[in-house]
Amino acid sequence: MNFELTEERQMLQDSLRRFLSDRYTTATRNRIIDSDTGISDEIWSQLAELGVIGALFTEEQGGFGGAGFDITTVFEELGRAGVVEPFLDTAILGGGLIAALGNDDQRELVEQVIDGSLHLAFAHGEPSSRYDLNHVAAQAVQNGEEIVLNGHKAVVVNAEAAGYLIVSARESGAPGDEDGISLFLVPTDSKGLTLRGYPMLAGGRAAEVTMEDVRLPQSARLGQAGKAYPALQERAAVASTALAAECLGAMETAASLTRDYLLTRQQFGRPIGTFQALQHRMADMLIELEQARSAVINIAGHLSDDPKIRDLNVHAARNLVSRAGRLVAEESIQMHGGIAMTQEYELAHIAKRIVMSDHRFGDTDHHLERFIALSAA
Amino acid sequence: MDLSFNAEELAFRDEVRAFLKDKLPREISEKVRLGRDLTKQDMETWHALLNERGWLAANWPKSFGGAEWNAVQRHIFDEECNRANAPRIVPFGLSMLAPVLQKFGSKEQQDHYLPRILDGTDWWCQGYSEPGAGSDLASLKTRAVRDGDHYIVNGQKTWTTLGQHADWIFCLVRTDPDAKQQEGISFLLIDMKTPGIEVRPIILLDGTHEVNEVWFTDVRVPVENLVGEENKGWTYAKYLLTHERTGIAGVGASWAGLSAVKRLARAELSGGRPLIENPHFAARVAQVEIDLMAMATTNLRIVSGAAAGQAPGVESSMLKVKGTIIRQEINDLARRAAGVYAMPFPSEALEGSNEAPIGPEEAAATAADYFNNRKLSIFGGSNEIQRNIIAKVKMGGRG
Repeated sequence: MNFELTEERQMLQDSLRRFLSDRYTTATRNRIIDSDTGISDEIWSQLAELGVIGALFTEEQGGFGGAGFDITTVFEELGRAGVVEPFLDTAILGGGLIAALGNDDQRELVEQVIDGSLHLAFAHGEPSSRYDLNHVAAQAVQNGEEIVLNGHKAVVVNAEAAGYLIVSARESGAPGDEDGISLFLVPTDSKGLTLRGYPMLAGGRAAEVTMEDVRLPQSARLGQAGKAYPALQERAAVASTALAAECLGAMETAASLTRDYLLTRQQFGRPIGTFQALQHRMADMLIELEQARSAVINIAGHLSDDPKIRDLNVHAARNLVSRAGRLVAEESIQMHGGIAMTQEYELAHIAKRIVMSDHRFGDTDHHLERFIALSAA
Repeated sequence: MDLSFNAEELAFRDEVRAFLKDKLPREISEKVRLGRDLTKQDMETWHALLNERGWLAANWPKSFGGAEWNAVQRHIFDEECNRANAPRIVPFGLSMLAPVLQKFGSKEQQDHYLPRILDGTDWWCQGYSEPGAGSDLASLKTRAVRDGDHYIVNGQKTWTTLGQHADWIFCLVRTDPDAKQQEGISFLLIDMKTPGIEVRPIILLDGTHEVNEVWFTDVRVPVENLVGEENKGWTYAKYLLTHERTGIAGVGASWAGLSAVKRLARAELSGGRPLIENPHFAARVAQVEIDLMAMATTNLRIVSGAAAGQAPGVESSMLKVKGTIIRQEINDLARRAAGVYAMPFPSEALEGSNEAPIGPEEAAATAADYFNNRKLSIFGGSNEIQRNIIAKVKMGGRG
């Protein structure tokens, strides 16, 4: 047993943490959030140069990492600094799906992702699919040599910045079937594709995507027709790993800000951290934080195992981390008082990142249900 | 024991219900239902409609132009208002300052200020908290120094709710820095147009501007704007805080919130079935509803005690703690129910425009409300302070 990071990952963690604490201050980040694009191109290319995106891909894919612990190392630091740039969407989901399913031509896009020159977005969820991966109603129909897409994709994060959307659509079967789902590389300037963009509460932007007779060549399909589901499940597991690690990093920041505040804020003639009622609540937060850290280690360590073991750990970790995250976010705000309610205070954003991660790839209850189903099977 | 309203109370309820059906403007109730921000104009419109009916000042004695309702009537009114998605009555002038003026103010102050509160001439805000004086309010530092017929005020107030709309502010200021903390505080009425006052917005974590900092630099306040006696302001402030806590249980708001959660959960699908049928989600909703049913009765027990003339004491602290926990839990359920559609940030540009909402209409504000309502357990005496009060009273001051 060894719970130390490898030397390479330790170096990556150190350099990423240093870069973000120097360059990604609260004021900078809040300016980025308020900007029209909601993300910073400059930060993106600097982080790409630092190797942050490369660390999320294997050597075979053109990167130098790609294992569970590479992903958790990167996302824990992104979470710690409350980074809003779409590493999850462009790299883990978009780049990851192309790397997993694409042919040689398509995989050239992964290089552009790694060098920071291309954004991607994963257009999968639909207005009534909630967190069900198999609920794909969008249609892909063969029309001679063309494929024609129709459907509506909900809350597609990073769609406006993306050069391509990775769109899921059904070539056979009905919503809820695992079989029959295909993935397509759809250029965002395609005719018939409409994006209605908007900012998100915790930063970054998303769009409602409507496809009306979007015509694609056969070469737009990623992998085999109708057989994308296992790859979707695998990417959802990796995305959940990244989200859990991001949430953990954000929880660390919340706990650290709260600790500092309790030690400095004076009321009734002494630091409020000298009141035992608050000390015990701080202690409970720290206990839950360590539970979350272990859950993230479990998920990262089992990410390459067979799908059942992998998913058991994924669902366990997401359920635990989102429960612990809610406690840490709410208790941190409460123990701070009014100051934590203000937009310019770091904790406000961090708390939003923690809580809103519960709305991507399944919330507390979703993961509990999937865990029950898997552990009973 | 009799858990039902009597005939008179039922008749009153029907009267309130009919009024709301008839008079509450639809565009205002829709904003409340969807969690959208109300404009100053919306709030003033609603106040004027209530004032016209004589129902704006529910808790004021008739001699001052109030409705002089008993606690059960006020409870019924609140409940019906929430059911109808009526806006909350802006409390600063009507239910915070007015009771203080009625009990401690001079005849001149009562005659001048109270009618202007009723007819909407003056919008009041509250100058209590300071950056260094939150839960420990008595440590406030804003100074007022007597200079002839004026006090010269210097200092800073914060968390001043809707101060950006205010014509006047009632302030706690320190007039005797040498006295024991609670004994050197006075209660001053200050015209917001006085030179030396600056209002700076504080933007909250959901992007809203509802609170402010108010800065005072050599602000000259006429001596006749002192309420009661100099250095006795803490007594008046405590009197005011007990009024602030009346209705703090938010039973009506919780029922309205719970209904909204159920509507959303009936429309949202999970695994192809309505979310409301999902056993885990249904269990969460049921748990809150069970708590709320009991809390509503606790609230009524206290309300009817107050109607019989008993002063609510430690019970109002209990209601504040339990009431805010329940409301926050309902906000949590609402954002969960919204699923991925909790993520979009309903921008001001969209509000009030005719563009179709993103996702289900009732999902739009759920996450923003969840974060905004973290304030419920912080303001009006934080839940920690309420627990201190409960423990102190129930444990006989020991510990």
